[in-house]
Amino acid sequence: MRIWDLHCHLSGVAGLTPEERLGNLLRYADRVGIERLCVYMGIKWAQDPTPDDLVKQNDDVLRAMDKFPDRVFGFVYLSAKHVERSLSELERCVTHGPMVGVKLWVAEKCNVPEIDPIIRRAAELKAVIFQHTWFKTNGNYAGESTPDDLVALAQRFPDVPIICGHTGGTWELGLRAIRDQKNLFADLAGSDPSYGITEMAVRELGVDRVIYGSDAGGRSFASQLAKVHGAQIIEADKQKIFCDNLRGLMLPILKAKGIKA
Amino acid sequence: MNRRHFLGYTAALAAIPLASSPAAEKQAGIIDCNIHLGPHPNRDLPKIDSAFLTRHGIDQAWAGSFEALLHRDLAAVNQRLVAACKRDARMLPAGSIHPLLPAWKDDFKRCVEGHGMKILRLHPNHHGYTLADPRFMELLELAAAGKVLVQIVAQLEDQRTQHPLTQVTPVDLKPLPAVLKRVPDARVMVLNANAAMITTALHGSTNLWLDMAMIEGVGGVENLLKAWPAEKLCFGSHAPFFYWESSSLKLQESVLTPQQLSAVQRTNASALL
Repeated sequence: MRIWDLHCHLSGVAGLTPEERLGNLLRYADRVGIERLCVYMGIKWAQDPTPDDLVKQNDDVLRAMDKFPDRVFGFVYLSAKHVERSLSELERCVTHGPMVGVKLWVAEKCNVPEIDPIIRRAAELKAVIFQHTWFKTNGNYAGESTPDDLVALAQRFPDVPIICGHTGGTWELGLRAIRDQKNLFADLAGSDPSYGITEMAVRELGVDRVIYGSDAGGRSFASQLAKVHGAQIIEADKQKIFCDNLRGLMLPILKAKGIKA
Repeated sequence: MNRRHFLGYTAALAAIPLASSPAAEKQAGIIDCNIHLGPHPNRDLPKIDSAFLTRHGIDQAWAGSFEALLHRDLAAVNQRLVAACKRDARMLPAGSIHPLLPAWKDDFKRCVEGHGMKILRLHPNHHGYTLADPRFMELLELAAAGKVLVQIVAQLEDQRTQHPLTQVTPVDLKPLPAVLKRVPDARVMVLNANAAMITTALHGSTNLWLDMAMIEGVGGVENLLKAWPAEKLCFGSHAPFFYWESSSLKLQESVLTPQQLSAVQRTNASALL
């Protein structure tokens, strides 16, 4: 089984430098058979990053990637609160750098119109777009998007594939929310390995819209791999979720950059 | 590592039997200290039956009841649990006691003397009491006298994903070490504790064991064992609420010595009974 992990960070893992942390992450990834990691955000996280924070965090990822270029895909961390700097970071890290995706987190809800230039430019670059989402029973952060917010954004860009980070966490709700928005993909990462998430995702979205990710180092690879290894679905579908669907989303930018994977 | 080398490596890895593969299952002989039977309040979960135990190489499964979360007729819940466990000798019933219910000591007596249970399971957050409650200590004293292991379920589900009508906060474990000092013969296992709970509340108690179902983070079990004694950690899956493979794969992800692996998978739990 070929496994690519959509959702990894340099936090929650030992190491003084970004490359040490990524090396340790890969050491554990090797033990559970993961070939490639998508990595975003640096050592010192900021939920509401300043423009300079964005640059620093992206620098951390670039530095780590440089050491393991054939094992890691980098996503550039952007914020709809800082559109100008986000666009310049897109150029620096994706157009002129090695990164292949975009990470949007919790600084600003993703349905705001200010985000549109970021999405538009990312789509031009064929970058994979990842938006964090949650439906928290006990309440979201002020700028934290729900899958409903993401649907509103996706409706404005119906031809642009966007990944629904965490599938809203509360996946029974998240999957229902994104079901009819066909350009949205479900990221299985970063929630407890509750039985049924993968089965429902495949049933409601179709297997081609479901992608494995872990949210390591805060999460173990193990608990998140279990969502697919343990799911009552056919082996061919597991392969799609573990790698093929993500690889399919990435191939346009990988080809454009001459990256073989 | 380029792709060719990586694929060679992973092919070699695939040749190593995982804990869930048939060959390893027979060898491993896992004791799973943390499963639940019966209907869950808001999820349709797979049944844990003989086929499940065989498929995962489980020699013994300590089973509580999901019904115990909300039912008030716990005697009947425990009766059904015993009947379910009689279908396969590998399942041991962990009866539920709710020390705020009238006549809870009668439930205790029925579980221990009537059904011969060696394990009891508590859900303090669903049942609405704290570990500082004197009735909890009284229960522990009874359990210690009866040489019964008490399992405390610290949490069943992430607060963020709970059904809005059945929300409960995790059990506050901070009073536990002091209570255990006052009941030194008690033996307690905390299920579904996470690393933060262990760090802030549980270090230093000698008669306390943990399961690993909610130990998270990369290399989580390995990291836990840097500060928690390996002889006090047991395999628990929290199946069927969690995919069973989660705990199994954690043992593959972490770097453990053969002694640690054996202790966690089997010998620690075996010694407790």
